[in-house]
Amino acid sequence: MVGGRLGSRLLVHAILIVGIAVMLTPIWLAFVVSTRPGSDFMTGDFPLWPGPDFVKNYRTALIDGQPGAGLQPVGHMLWNSLVMALVIAAGKIAISFISAFAIAWFRFPFRVAAFWIIFITLMLPVEVRILPTFAVTASLGLLNSYAGLTIPIIASATATFLFRQVFMTIPDELTEAARIDGAGPLRFLVDMVVPLSRTNVAALFIILFIYGWNQYLWPLLVTTEPGYETVVMGIQRLAQSASEGSPYWHLVMTTAILAMLPPIAIVLSMRKLFVRGLVETEK
Amino acid sequence: MQAKRVTFGGTALPLALLAPQLAVTVVFFVWPAVQAVITSFQREDAFGLKTEFVGLENFRDLWADPLYLESFGTTMIFSAAVAVSALVVGLLLAVLVDRVSRGAEIYSALLIWPYAVAPALAAILWAFLLNPSIGPLTRLLRVLGIAWNYNVDGTQALILIVFASAWKQVSYNFLFFLAGLQSIPRSLLEAASIDAAGPWRQFRTIVFPLLAPTTFFLIVVNVVYAFFDTFGVVHATTGGGPGQSTTLLVYKVWKDGFIGLNLGSSSAQSVVLLVIVIALTAVQFRFLERRINY
Repeated sequence: MVGGRLGSRLLVHAILIVGIAVMLTPIWLAFVVSTRPGSDFMTGDFPLWPGPDFVKNYRTALIDGQPGAGLQPVGHMLWNSLVMALVIAAGKIAISFISAFAIAWFRFPFRVAAFWIIFITLMLPVEVRILPTFAVTASLGLLNSYAGLTIPIIASATATFLFRQVFMTIPDELTEAARIDGAGPLRFLVDMVVPLSRTNVAALFIILFIYGWNQYLWPLLVTTEPGYETVVMGIQRLAQSASEGSPYWHLVMTTAILAMLPPIAIVLSMRKLFVRGLVETEK
Repeated sequence: MQAKRVTFGGTALPLALLAPQLAVTVVFFVWPAVQAVITSFQREDAFGLKTEFVGLENFRDLWADPLYLESFGTTMIFSAAVAVSALVVGLLLAVLVDRVSRGAEIYSALLIWPYAVAPALAAILWAFLLNPSIGPLTRLLRVLGIAWNYNVDGTQALILIVFASAWKQVSYNFLFFLAGLQSIPRSLLEAASIDAAGPWRQFRTIVFPLLAPTTFFLIVVNVVYAFFDTFGVVHATTGGGPGQSTTLLVYKVWKDGFIGLNLGSSSAQSVVLLVIVIALTAVQFRFLERRINY
């Protein structure tokens, strides 16, 4: 594995370049389609390079819509996705952080029971309890609201365990010092624990933002009106009409690019932090 | 589960700090799950006026339902295909990136893109590439003499959702395999080189055994992903069809409950899925504990 001749090194690079090209083909072609008029790929050779309609298509998808075809502008869907992703990420971090703080630094009755109740959420993905969860959410009047999109999936065992692990590495001397200085638990939380966990919070935020942005089943259940649709689940109706023959694949792909851009941008711009977050949450 | 050695006193404060998490968990996780279990033992009459306790009858019906058994089989084939292909490709790419001295950073940066793409979006991209009339890959297949139309051919529809689901998971596996490879001490490989072991032999006798824990962990994660995170893939593209050919269990539980309004059967299906998640989580944690002890 170490060393190797020039020929074999070139071969490795060649295989990698081909492999990466194959992996990125779906995204590249979606981008190509999003820059061309809808008629460009109905007949003839499939274009492999971007065309002239970049501005026009993105304008249509974002602002104007295609009223004749029943295509609403997707600007509000992107906004809903953003709100949902931010609230889920921030909310999961906030409630898991204080839960983990309570479990790590206090001894109180029901402590172990609380831990197990949180643990159980790991074993209950939405998919296995679709109907009753929908029923509870509906009976609390949370359908078609940001609260309904976010609160029911905001509990997180993984985040709680991660923070607990981080907290266990904070030396006891710090707690003792804080107590000698007369700091209460909340003071200690804000002045010591939060600053010490900043990197972990940031890494986790990236993972949870992507998790929230990419939700599909839950928004599908909770939104029965178009006003609260998120882009990842809303695009499905566009794609449905396009695959039934309507000539709007270019707008579907424009929307798809818009929908994948925020998570891809975050992953690429904070790659080190992202990889760290990924490895940590799965431990 | 230990606490810190130095702790704070008081009971009210920790309970208040735990309250939001516990409230959400109990209201939106535990209570609905209990409901699902209860409903799975009940049956509603045709008008939804009264429910009666029917014991295990819903489960017996599932067991006798050829459509459910078929969906079970489809899910097994699908999960195996997704996990194996995503693991093999992810491992291959990771081994290659680990071998190059120049460009490794750029290669990894490019390879993690698909991870950020939602499963449903990935499915729409692949459904476009393989669209029966205008898809670029469909045209390529036509040149090769393959008639491709996933709207009528069940096997092709299954291949489509396997591709869409595995594509995104390759990135994930790649990252974990690469981290695993980079933690293997170089001295081991150098020693093998000196003993004139070729690259394949090095991989088989040194690298692969050392990657075993990573591989095992990834198998569980990939199977969980294939079982539970692929609803969007099916819903956004094939809608379970043609016929029943891509009706995965998570899709069926939604369809029977939400579209078919068959509460008893849908709940019984939920309970079956519940047992599967619990089993998979148990396996994962047993394994994790063992890894920590090493």
